[in-house]
Amino acid sequence: MEIVAGPGLMGFITIFVLAAFVGYEVVSKVPSILHTPLMSGSNAIHGIILVGTMLVLGDAHGAAQLTLGFLAVVLATLNVVGGFVVTDRMLHMFKPRSETKPEKPATADGDDGSPS
Amino acid sequence: MSRATATDLVYLVAIVGFIFALMGLSSPKHARTGNLAGAAGMLIAVGWTFSLPSVYGQTRNLVLIIVAVVIGTAIGVPAARNVKMTAMPQMVAIFNGVGGGAAALVSVTEFISLPGKSIAVYKICEILFGVLVGAVSFAGSGVAFAKLQELMTGRPITYRGQQPINAGVGLAILALLVATILTANTALLVVVLVLSLALGVIFVLPIGGADVPVLISLLNSFTGLAVAASGFTLDSNLLIVAGTLVGASGMLLTRMMSKAMGRSLPNILFSAFGSVITATGADGGPEGRTVRSGTAEDIGVLLAYARKVAIIPGYGLAVAQAQHVARELADTLAERGVEVFYAIHPVAGRMPGHMNVLLAEANVPYDQLVEMDDANPEMATTDVALVVGANDTVNPAAKNTPGSPIYGMPIINADQATNIVFLKRSMRPGFAGIDNELLYDPKTTMLFGDAKDSLSALVAAVRSA
Repeated sequence: MEIVAGPGLMGFITIFVLAAFVGYEVVSKVPSILHTPLMSGSNAIHGIILVGTMLVLGDAHGAAQLTLGFLAVVLATLNVVGGFVVTDRMLHMFKPRSETKPEKPATADGDDGSPS
Repeated sequence: MSRATATDLVYLVAIVGFIFALMGLSSPKHARTGNLAGAAGMLIAVGWTFSLPSVYGQTRNLVLIIVAVVIGTAIGVPAARNVKMTAMPQMVAIFNGVGGGAAALVSVTEFISLPGKSIAVYKICEILFGVLVGAVSFAGSGVAFAKLQELMTGRPITYRGQQPINAGVGLAILALLVATILTANTALLVVVLVLSLALGVIFVLPIGGADVPVLISLLNSFTGLAVAASGFTLDSNLLIVAGTLVGASGMLLTRMMSKAMGRSLPNILFSAFGSVITATGADGGPEGRTVRSGTAEDIGVLLAYARKVAIIPGYGLAVAQAQHVARELADTLAERGVEVFYAIHPVAGRMPGHMNVLLAEANVPYDQLVEMDDANPEMATTDVALVVGANDTVNPAAKNTPGSPIYGMPIINADQATNIVFLKRSMRPGFAGIDNELLYDPKTTMLFGDAKDSLSALVAAVRSA
């Protein structure tokens, strides 16, 4: 069992710390009306795990790895496409009047209790 | 240029795309372009990954990858396209959860494929972190989805000894983590995975529906961190940076959201907020107090001859899909020379900014949407505060009743308006489960019914007034 950090680990940690600051700074300027699209947009970005799942499934051997890897790729793809499509639909609402078309109405099914 | 260098460069382009996506969200004008930049970055990264030998090397595995991507797209695109705007929060929860699940699976699969017992400790730590956080995010998001979709009760679920049990599960996981690090045993890792899923569920159960959006934001941040952990495991800058960007921004957003509710994050996570119907004022509750209920005609006249009307929308407006009728009413009033504005609470709807999205969908002009801090000074000179499907965000208990669970939460000062009109389905308390004394105020008139029907009736009443 090896205790010392492997080669490159320090580099990755440096990148991690710097990315944390960038993420914090970039988002601190977002106006509150865009918080919901922001949550959805950042949700889409962590769909980048898809690249990781592809690498894992590509390298997989044996039934267990293949099954888990396959499931992982399906889930990650859902994250990516769902995240970007939902965000795009939300932001579509912010476009100028003439270009938006109303959503089809749906049935009311909730109560009126609300945090708001 | 070697393939490895080219890969790094392409991935760097993708990272820049992601940063542009987050930066674009700083203004409504650039938000959509930003999102497209993010999507482009994703497409480039995924497309390039197909060209790597480790992905296309084994034909069988490549076919599996393509089939999996097709399945995911075939499910994800229609689901995301067809979801109602009101159901967006739970949709974000589900897409976040699957991302966490994928990250956990990557870590598990990597662990299985690691050779023998000569694994470095830090490698196991990275894997365990990915499994733990990814699984918590996956299971937690699932429960959050069920709560918002009303597949289960939105009220907090509490049971005897909840805190000790949760703490016990946490400690058990901690002990198992140490054991797994020492032995690198796969069976132990599976136990960690199962317990982490259980932790995700019991962590979310006591959190009330009103607080779930804050939780989703937190879980979104968790998934980002799980992805970053996978990045460490796979030695991938791309995953580390993208995951960390989301982890950091999600943390900040979570803080902003809890601040908008006037509460601390630990209070939201551990206080089982809203589990009991608490009485408000010192008089011990609503018993014996009278509520004044009016007809649409009465209220129509009141609105038509007002000088200034504030519409205060809440989730009830959203679920009734009444945003279009609300705009019709506002337009009708404006034609009569009444000054109309929408007073938007930061957490109106289910998430910060959710109400703005819904009203923008109904083509309400930006300049009529007034944020809470700008709206409150206007309330004292407002003739009618028209509260549509909102409750907790105008509850004066947040200012006046120190014992109330929502004490300290910023509210829209509807109580300062000359007249208050509530459009509600019933006297039921709001999402936070507490009574609202404003309903019993002598200045208040209630119009019971579905928000959409009530607003349509008001439009007709104003036209004939």
